[in-house]
Parts: sequence; C-alpha cells; structure tokens
Amino acid sequence: MAARVCRLTNLMCTFWILVRAGFRRHSTYRLALLAGMVTNSVFGVIRASVVLAALASAGKSIAGYDPATAVAFVWWGQALLGTVNLWGFQEVNARVRTGDIAVDFLRPVDPQLAYLAGDLGRAGINLVARGLPTLATGALFFDLAWPPGVLSWASGFVSLLLAVVVAFAGSFVVNLLAFWLVEVRGIRMLYMIVGGLLSGLYLPVPWFPDWLRTVAQWSPFPSMLQNPVDILAGRVAGGDITGTVAVQLFWAVALLGLGQLVLSAGRRRLEVQGG
Amino acid sequence: MSTIIETRELVREFKKTRAVDRMSFVVEPGESVGYIGANGAGKSTTIKMLTGILKPTSGHVRTCGLDPMRQRIAVARRVGVVFGQRSQLWWDLPLGESFTILAAIHRLDPAAGRARTRELVDQLEMGPQLGTPVRSLSLGQRMRAEIAAALLHTPDLLILDEPTIGLDVLSKQRLREFLVAERRERGTTLLLTTHDMGDIERLCDRVLVIDRGALAFDGTLAGLAATVGAQRLLVIDLAVPTPPLTAIAGATLVSNESQGLRQSLAFDPKSTTAAAVLARVSAVAEVRDLAIEEPDIEDVVRRLYAASRP
Repeated sequence: MAARVCRLTNLMCTFWILVRAGFRRHSTYRLALLAGMVTNSVFGVIRASVVLAALASAGKSIAGYDPATAVAFVWWGQALLGTVNLWGFQEVNARVRTGDIAVDFLRPVDPQLAYLAGDLGRAGINLVARGLPTLATGALFFDLAWPPGVLSWASGFVSLLLAVVVAFAGSFVVNLLAFWLVEVRGIRMLYMIVGGLLSGLYLPVPWFPDWLRTVAQWSPFPSMLQNPVDILAGRVAGGDITGTVAVQLFWAVALLGLGQLVLSAGRRRLEVQGG
Repeated sequence: MSTIIETRELVREFKKTRAVDRMSFVVEPGESVGYIGANGAGKSTTIKMLTGILKPTSGHVRTCGLDPMRQRIAVARRVGVVFGQRSQLWWDLPLGESFTILAAIHRLDPAAGRARTRELVDQLEMGPQLGTPVRSLSLGQRMRAEIAAALLHTPDLLILDEPTIGLDVLSKQRLREFLVAERRERGTTLLLTTHDMGDIERLCDRVLVIDRGALAFDGTLAGLAATVGAQRLLVIDLAVPTPPLTAIAGATLVSNESQGLRQSLAFDPKSTTAAAVLARVSAVAEVRDLAIEEPDIEDVVRRLYAASRP
C-alpha cells in the first residue's frame, strides 16, 4: 500500500499517510459514529418537518428554496455536520495546555499540515460511515432535490473538501489561542454558537434578515456548510458555482495563513507546561 | 562529523525565575552524556532549547551545527527525543501504524523504513505488540516503543528525558542493554537525563550536573566522585565470625553482619587503595570473598549540591 502511494512526491506521501492515519483513528470509534448518525437523522427529521411547515405557510418558495431544495438543504446539512468539523475540535488546545505540543514540534513536519491531514482523514470516515447513511435516511423519508448534473456533483465534492479545510483552519486558530490563554473553553463556545448560526446550519443564510446575512457573508462560516450544501442541493448551479467555490478558496487560504502566523507566534512564546 | 551540541552562555528565563543560567558546554559525536540534577534544576528546559521547542532568552545554542529555533525541521531530522512522560505514538492505533506514520513523517524510503522498523522491533522484542493499540501497552512496552520511534530515522543525537521512570528492574535492564548495543553499532550520541543513577553508571562516560540552572560539574563519573571526596566501600566475607575490624588503618568500619562474618569498610581512594586495605584485613583474619562498591551517585550529587551551597 505505502509503496504504491509513495510514487507521489515525498510530501504528498507523508500527507497521504497522515490522512489515512486520521481515517483509521476515527474509524476505531464505531459506536460513536453510529450514535452520531442516529442523532443527525433524528434532528434531520425534525428540521425537515419545520422547514416544510414554514414553506407551506409561506405558500411559495423562500429565497430560492422550494420544498425539495429546502429538504435537501436540511439533509445535506445533517449529513455533512460530522464531516465538516463545524463545532471545532479540542485536540490541539489540549496539547498546548498539557505541553504535548512539544512532541509535534519535534517532528520534521509542519504541525498545521499534519493536523489538517488528520482532519481530512477524520472527515473521510465521517462522510462514509455517518454522513452518507444520514443522507440515505433522509432520502428514504423525504423528497429531496439532487444535484442537477455531474458538474454539480463534482464541484459539490470540491466545495465539501474546501469546507472541511476552512472549518479545520478556523478551529485550529481558536485552539492555538491556548498559547496565550490557559482556558479557551469560553471562546470555543462562542465560536460554536456563532459558527452554527452563520454557517447556515439552523436556517439557510439567504433566509436571514438583511443585516445578519451581510454579517454572515463577510464571515468564513458559510464556506463551512452553506456553500457546499447549496451546490449539492442544486440551489446554486452552473456559473454561480465558480463564485461560491472561489469564496471558499479565499477563506481556506486566509485562515490557513492566519493559522501559520499564530502558530509561529505561539511557538516563540511557548512555555511548555510540566516536565 | 561536526560538534553535536554546543551551548554558550545559554540563558532561559521564565516570568520570575532563571531556569537556565549561562550554560556552556560542548558534546562531540559519539559521546554519551548523563545530564543530572534535582527536579526543577533546568534539565528539561535545556533539552527544549536544544530541540527548538523553547526559545532561549539569550546565548548561543547549536544542535548538529544547526540553530534549533530557525532550523527546527532540519534539527528534527537529525535528533530523536523521548520525553518519558509524553508519548509520540498514536494512542488509538495499533503500534505498527505509529512506525509507518513516523517513517512517512521522516520521509524515509518505504523499504528502508520497513527494514529499520523490523530491526528495532526485533532488538527490542516488540513483534507481538505490533498489532496492539498503543493505549493497551504496558509502561515497559510503551517505553521501548517510544525509544524505537525516536531511533527510527537513525538520528545522530538521541535525547532521552527520564526514559526509565516507573520501569521495573528487568525492563530497565533490557532497555539499557539495547541502548548500549545500539550505540556500539551506530555511534549515536546520547544525552540522557535521569534520576536513576544506574542509567548513568551503565550508559554514560560523561556527566553534566546542573544545579539551579547552572553547570555545577562536567567530567567523568569517577571524577565527580573524586571531586566530592566520596568514599568507596570494601565488603568482606570472612571465614569465621570475627570481632569488629575497627583497627584497620585508612579505613572505617561501617557495618558488621552475621556475627562478624560480613564486614564493610569505607575508605578514601585518594589516600589508600583497596589492595592495601585488603592486605591489612588479611593480616588479622582469613578473607573468603570480597566486593568493592562504587559510591552511590545520588549521594555524590547531594554532596555536590551541599558543597556548592552556602
């Protein structure tokens, strides 16, 4: 396996093996994946029913969502909730706090790159074992709109990949604040609440009042969920896809860059705790 | 090969304390150096500066000829580190996976990586554990795995920070034997911090003692004992129960067991020799067996601290 993969360049090979490790690490927790799938499905049923009721009382489509697109929006959102690390992670924060981050600095690889690879692996197993079954559940009970063609499927996948990267990069920065603050729980909580809302998890961003929509559009959060889901639910199609993906690409580069700056500043002020 | 470690006037201050105070020393290739001192003396802080984890407040540090802060990745390729209390393995994956991942991180050629893994796994007798998740390994197994992980990329410098902490006697012994063999084979430079003086005695030709951030001693273990005037102990088994040997010139009786069948005499190696003491004992009693005990290093270090403090 490794031999075949390693015909790629060296760094790609390292990256790929780290992705695989992330995939395997998270695939050992099967019960958690199952529990996540069940939870996502239950909330999917509730959310889809609420959205359908809203559309029925409006009597028409709202901001470009008809019943089938809206339900697809809900179910793709539920399906990708575990894939895209919307709530963020705590591993790096914990490693900074305990000083285990020192071990990461002893390796000849950029820590951000290594954690990104691991997160892509985590996203992979969550997509396969948790997201797709959730989506299948939704498709079984509701009438979903599907991407209109191969282009939408393919660009939806690229958009999803970028969403995973943006969500990782944002959470990585929040985790690194542990270099300066011993306790980042409060900030993480705030990030989760604001992120959940502005990413379009609860309601599609186009349904927001104008002022909140403006706030969301200037934030990276829609790039974490709203954008790929819009493409996969078929609301954004054709030429509009380019702009949607471009915005995600911008946030991916910007947040990864910010992460590099924060990481390098943090390393300079690191006071490894204990031992 | 160039100098492996070089520090000059190295200082690291934390908010209120100076953890490392104008530390200067040089380690040449192939040396095996024990780095000892009390808790909080500055050992780990030094190691973190050597490996680019911690930025020095001032002074000069080079590891394998490189600046650890600016050339962290190049240093990481040439140095292997085990922090006894931290793990570099992937907790929830089978042990074998950790070696595969580390080989990839170090960009080893896959075939070479596998060969090196097999070699280390054989020498450390870890074959049966390769499929076991790291979280399920015993402490001794995990520590051997940590050392294998640190040596996977065949580093020029191996830094072990408390590698035998918490290990039973047999595990310690196996680990030491492995390290001796590995160094004999590859000439790896070793920097070892430990509270276990057995580690130092068996693994190190040179000792650095750090006290309150400053270098208190740099030399051989024997030299350290000589500096603080530690006494050696001659343990004598006698043929018949003998009255206490209190009148032996140059030696003092420290213990008397089994009605005088085993008696221990302390002497100062600078003023007399074991042979002279033995000759004097033989003149008054028949000696059946004897053993010479080296100074207890912990005691030596304690004395060094005591001597350097007002």
